[in-house]
Amino acid sequence: MTFKYKNVYVEDTVTFAGPYEKKGPLKKYFDKTFNDLYFGADSFEKAEIKAIRDNLNLMFKKLGKKKDDIDLIIGSDLLNQISASTYGCEGYGNGFIGIYGACSSSVLGMIIASNFIEYNQISNAICLVSSHNMTSEKQFRNPTEYGAPKPRSATFTATGAASICLSSQKTDVRVECSTLGRIIDYGENNPNDMGRVMAPAAIDTLRKHFEETGRTPDYYDLILTGDLGEYGKEIVKDYMSIKYNYDLSKNYNDCGVMLYDLTKQKEVLAGGSGPVCSALVNYGYIYDQLKKKKLKRVLLVATGALFCPLLVYQKENINSIAHAISLEAI
Amino acid sequence: MEDKLYKKIADSHKPKETKLKNLIIAFVVGGLIGCFGEIIIEIMCSFFHKSRAQAQVFMSVFFIFIASLLTSLGFFDKLVNKCKCGLLIPITGFAHSMTSAALDYRKEGLIYGIGSNIFKLAGSVILYGVVSTWLFGMIRYFIGGVL
Repeated sequence: MTFKYKNVYVEDTVTFAGPYEKKGPLKKYFDKTFNDLYFGADSFEKAEIKAIRDNLNLMFKKLGKKKDDIDLIIGSDLLNQISASTYGCEGYGNGFIGIYGACSSSVLGMIIASNFIEYNQISNAICLVSSHNMTSEKQFRNPTEYGAPKPRSATFTATGAASICLSSQKTDVRVECSTLGRIIDYGENNPNDMGRVMAPAAIDTLRKHFEETGRTPDYYDLILTGDLGEYGKEIVKDYMSIKYNYDLSKNYNDCGVMLYDLTKQKEVLAGGSGPVCSALVNYGYIYDQLKKKKLKRVLLVATGALFCPLLVYQKENINSIAHAISLEAI
Repeated sequence: MEDKLYKKIADSHKPKETKLKNLIIAFVVGGLIGCFGEIIIEIMCSFFHKSRAQAQVFMSVFFIFIASLLTSLGFFDKLVNKCKCGLLIPITGFAHSMTSAALDYRKEGLIYGIGSNIFKLAGSVILYGVVSTWLFGMIRYFIGGVL
């Protein structure tokens, strides 16, 4: 399930981040940050929609294109019926696909767009993801103001919207190949330890990617997983080296750990999560490093927990999925 | 899928929770709230000449008001993070669960929002509170023979 691309390039990215991400170490790589969680809207859901709209507006401005100059928009978020994307993307682009891969959507959208572009079905696409700490708390956990003590293994949903424009026009950064993941069930069912739930999916996709391409981890300057947090990250490192003998100790990190300053920002516990967590790191910091040629080859493995509170209460496990995409500086 | 190696590695990276510390904090905070409640009752009885039953009701209402106010101002969840379950077990926790649910769903309107969702967390407390009251009442009636 690995696809190679010859003419898919990254044209530009736009990243919007919330107040918690603003306090993190990657602040300077974001196009815009917000000081509160409402973004000037009157509810959290509407705030997420507004972030998407503003993000797309800035993207079109940066690209110098009109609203229907873009062929395809792929949107994804965590709300029911992916409603933040469907409301936020209204009026933009000639086609729209809404996808749900939980936190893996940031890479899944790029894979779908790349396949369309590679076979010349479209010439450009914008992949957009968003998540909001408060809307996902409300939907997946407790009311937002409810203070239930959480264990240290819990992760913190990142707030923001991030988009990336892929096209067939040559630029400095290209999409080199991608590996689609499959749904994994490892018998894990603790929603307060998503790193442990998602690590098997990351391991499976990484192994598949290395086997199908014949590469080893040192082929890449940096390998990133999406939002495993500080404990999930260690699980991946250990398991990959013990079971498959792949050494990830030198060039591997996790976006959830990079997005926040874990020593100072105690409220994020084990690290960030949510589709926008990996997107903010990749579309913001990693894209910047690739453009400046400080990094040459980067493998992004976005991990997603396909968590449905209803089914977990019905004693089902939490499934997970991970998709990988490799970016190269030219 | 069962994978013993995975379970072993994952268990070795499980963060240790400071359970004893949390327990002591919750015990002390819960106890302090109890003491404070008793002080309010004593003040009501001595200075305002209320009966003890009336004073107890006043004390409960006072705590419910304070917890709801702090929830709506956005402080209570931060206090819970520091004080652990010491704030959630007394009546303050019950008030907090209702106010936070009401706040969350206020945008969906009075009926489909607040009305439908206010007991989202507190519903279990009310249901099993009533059921256990009935159960223990029956036990007391049949075994103790006290009406």
